[in-house]
Amino acid sequence: MAISAVSDTTLREAPPPRRHRLLEDERWLAFVLLVPTIVLLGMFIAYPFMRGILLSVTSSRVGMPGDFVGLANFYKIFNDGIFRTSVYNTFLYTGVTTVFKLGLGLWLAMLLNRNFRGKALARAFILLPFIIPTVLSTFAWKWMFDPTFSVLNWLLYHLGLITGRINWLGDPDLAMISIIIVNIWRGVPFFAISLLAGLQTISPELNEAAAIDGAKPWQRFWHITWPLLLPVTMVVMLFSVIQTFADFQIVYVMTGGGPANATHLFATYAYQIGIGTGLLSEGAAISLAMFPVLFLVVIVQLLYIRRVEVR
Amino acid sequence: MIEGARWRKWVFFYVPMALFLLFLLFPFYWMVITSVRPDGELYRPWNSINYNPFWTWKPTADHVRYLFEETLFASWLWNTTFIALASTAISLVCGVAAGYALSRLNFPFAGSLGTAIFITYLVPQTLLFIPLAEIIRNYRLGDTPWSLILTYPTFLIPFCTWIMMGYFKAVPKELEECARIDGASRWQAMLYIVIPVAIPGILSAGIFAFTLSWNEFIYALVFLSSPEQKTVPVGVTSELIRGDVFYWGPLMAGALLGSIPVAIAYSFFVEHYVAGLTGSVKG
Repeated sequence: MAISAVSDTTLREAPPPRRHRLLEDERWLAFVLLVPTIVLLGMFIAYPFMRGILLSVTSSRVGMPGDFVGLANFYKIFNDGIFRTSVYNTFLYTGVTTVFKLGLGLWLAMLLNRNFRGKALARAFILLPFIIPTVLSTFAWKWMFDPTFSVLNWLLYHLGLITGRINWLGDPDLAMISIIIVNIWRGVPFFAISLLAGLQTISPELNEAAAIDGAKPWQRFWHITWPLLLPVTMVVMLFSVIQTFADFQIVYVMTGGGPANATHLFATYAYQIGIGTGLLSEGAAISLAMFPVLFLVVIVQLLYIRRVEVR
Repeated sequence: MIEGARWRKWVFFYVPMALFLLFLLFPFYWMVITSVRPDGELYRPWNSINYNPFWTWKPTADHVRYLFEETLFASWLWNTTFIALASTAISLVCGVAAGYALSRLNFPFAGSLGTAIFITYLVPQTLLFIPLAEIIRNYRLGDTPWSLILTYPTFLIPFCTWIMMGYFKAVPKELEECARIDGASRWQAMLYIVIPVAIPGILSAGIFAFTLSWNEFIYALVFLSSPEQKTVPVGVTSELIRGDVFYWGPLMAGALLGSIPVAIAYSFFVEHYVAGLTGSVKG
């Protein structure tokens, strides 16, 4: 035991119970405090991860423990046209939405960083798409994209932009665009509010000094705001990339992967195969196929955070 | 010059801001208006004449009534609340304890444990749901609220820990040392000195955890099967759609009512929520 602990006990009249003396040791206290977390994360993250790997190299179905089949499941999915489409879709979905979320989010953050009346209220309302359960708000979008009763078609028609109806979710390309719009809608508030927090840490004096020296607004943004905001931007982007890459809810509600399996992502296809048709092993393999990309993003994130912290 | 400035302000500020608000809030308006609209008005093709989709003169409560009388919506609300509160409570206890240990105590492997917990923060639910479904079945937890109460902390604890570490690091070491000199044990100093100072952090983590578990979908979808056990997001998805027929009125009413509890919780703690959100990113 540490010396401080000993001197502590001598200060008190009666020696404390054994339990307390044990907790005076930093290592024991840390152990006791960390046990619940380690047990829960071990049971429901580490263990399922191992199970997932084991599952993906067998031929299990629901209620039927399978035999070891090696990499047959992976071989099968890589030769599966729908899987290849979902890989392509996932990258497209992640790439396009991230660019738009970053652009629009940064723009909105800059707008919110000004002083205007009702600022607090505007900020509170802007976060709503992020707060409200995604599945529920996605239903509102699905209703807005409804082939027969679409309010968007009504709007476009009355603005004179279209003459016939647009079947938003019935056409593979339009369905993908619709899904991308909903994801951007849901993600912009997260980017905007996080980047706003970053913007607020930048001292306005820097911008003022540059303005006095004759820097144009665009130059000020590019040479002052953007470099100072980069650390926050990177972290927010990496978070968002992981979430988007592994997204499930929006596609599940909007199209269910359709029309004709054209809009599946990794997660929705894994669900369809693993839970829908009960091919547990194949589903687990599809889910795990996300892992290399997620792993890479996490590594980049860890290295980046470490570099920023060292600085 | 002044005229020019005003013109600029409209183009560069008011118009974009208004467009952003319109884009971000219109779906909620659409949800509200649909949920009070009679079916006769709801199902009019978009190109029929004299049709105003943005307003109704005959608001109805039929859809809400349908939800509570013909579906198990009330049970779903109760299930979601119970599960969200229980998993938030578990995650807060674990997160506060772990955050304290990782930020203020010296012990072997502290650094690598911190990194490991951070990595689990980044594990998406969709990576593990299939093996987890099997494990839940093996533990005989399937179709019970406990399947969710025990699994939600896996994505709540890591960020609670992450947020709490930030708050604990900001509490000066001297505060704790003073208490220790006065005879408090480590345990007492933590419980009565450090944790009370970090209460804003606990509120932020708690409100954020509550909204996350209220919104969770894929675990609830996979682990629960009987209608009376479902949460709001899953119940609305699976019970208000019959084959290809969508009951849009009740669906939107359900979406609206299912959103209100989180919206209320959020509106009371906006500042804490924003602190939690930005804290969860920056740490």
